[in-house]
Amino acid sequence: MINELIERMLKGDKRATARLITLVENDEEKAREIVKKIYSNTGRAYIIGITGPPGSGKSTLVDKLIKKARDEGNIVGVIAIDPTSPFTGGALLGDRIRMQRHSTDPGVFIRSMATRGSLGGLAKATNDAIKILDAYGCDIIFVETVGVGQIEVDIVKTADTVVLVTVPGLGDDIQAIKAGLMEIADIFVVNKADKEGAEATMFELELMLDLEKDKWQKSGWRPPVVSTIAFTNKGVDELWGAINEHMEFLLNSDKIEEKRKFRVGEEIKAIVSSKIARKIGEKMGEDDIAVLIEMIAKREIDPYSAADLVLEKALGVKV
Amino acid sequence: MVKRSKVRVLIAKPGLDGHDRGAKVIARALRDAGFEVIYTGIRQTPEQIAESVVQEDIDVLGLSILSGAHMVLIPKILKLLGEKGIKANEDVLVLAGGIIPPDDAQELEKMGVGRVFGPGSPIEEIIGFIDETVPKLKKFRGES
Repeated sequence: MINELIERMLKGDKRATARLITLVENDEEKAREIVKKIYSNTGRAYIIGITGPPGSGKSTLVDKLIKKARDEGNIVGVIAIDPTSPFTGGALLGDRIRMQRHSTDPGVFIRSMATRGSLGGLAKATNDAIKILDAYGCDIIFVETVGVGQIEVDIVKTADTVVLVTVPGLGDDIQAIKAGLMEIADIFVVNKADKEGAEATMFELELMLDLEKDKWQKSGWRPPVVSTIAFTNKGVDELWGAINEHMEFLLNSDKIEEKRKFRVGEEIKAIVSSKIARKIGEKMGEDDIAVLIEMIAKREIDPYSAADLVLEKALGVKV
Repeated sequence: MVKRSKVRVLIAKPGLDGHDRGAKVIARALRDAGFEVIYTGIRQTPEQIAESVVQEDIDVLGLSILSGAHMVLIPKILKLLGEKGIKANEDVLVLAGGIIPPDDAQELEKMGVGRVFGPGSPIEEIIGFIDETVPKLKKFRGES
């Protein structure tokens, strides 16, 4: 079944592509088989991450950017992520609403994904879904994260260019110098620039960037701050221009290799942790854990040593 | 029972009426029941809906129509799905809601709509119908 789906996907069949994405979302074993088989067909697509707080206009901007990318003849993929309920496991995925005008364009593939427990702003299967869209033939893949706050920075491990969309009035200049989200952007966007305080927000971002002169002098890239009103398309040309500039900056240096190697490293780490967690689940029963808990409760052993015992048993090596 | 969080539901409003409260209530209720619900909003063309079913690998398509155009729009959507190799009741469960007279409902169910749920349908009934019917789809029988 998987071989047939892959064959159809490589010929540009959207339904087979969609089914493969479902498989990597639902089944770890199948995800492994699929990625193994398509991996040599990947690595062509350029990945643009769009992140920012809920309601900042990410989906509307993606809609406009799809248009720009299509105008230049690119095949475009979109992965739009929304949260899964931690209580019911259900999700309401609503990013597609803003992009529906593109859904009948044969050169666009839009897929909504639910986080399913992931906390870094992406879904667990996002990276595998990207590989599928890459192998399918997308030149550009937009990845829209869930609405984020300060620390959901997984997109930096996934995208070539990270665009951080913010809006006026979310906080003062102290917010702009905090660690986390503000550090990962290659391009800043102040959307809804017709709202009061837009200029102040632009100014605060520029000021923050000026303070980081050392950082961008070393990297060679000073993140631009672009002002947009996504709804009316204002500033979208400038944003697309900035994305292209960053793309050229990466592609014309060894930065892109550096970035992609970093990404593969992160991916290996994530796969290894997930495998170890599964191995432990297989090797250690509830009873084994209960015994350890009892020992810890009686202060016969400390939690660190107990963890070592668990790893020894699961992996069969001394840690 | 198929795990609800692995069932992908699309709630869409084809045609020109903008009364989306019902569609939103259903989308929200299905979310609360644990389904993955994709909501595409109002004024969708049959082509947009059929294409979304493909790209999102949809299992349950919920169509809400209050404009009276159901006998034009729903058959058109079923036809477009068929052209893409997606058969109602085999690959996707199609549900309809809104203002649909009983005679039309019967006709639509003959064409492939799984069930028409009129105003006042208890949400439990809709969820129950999905739970009962979805395992019969090819995807969940492991056939495609």
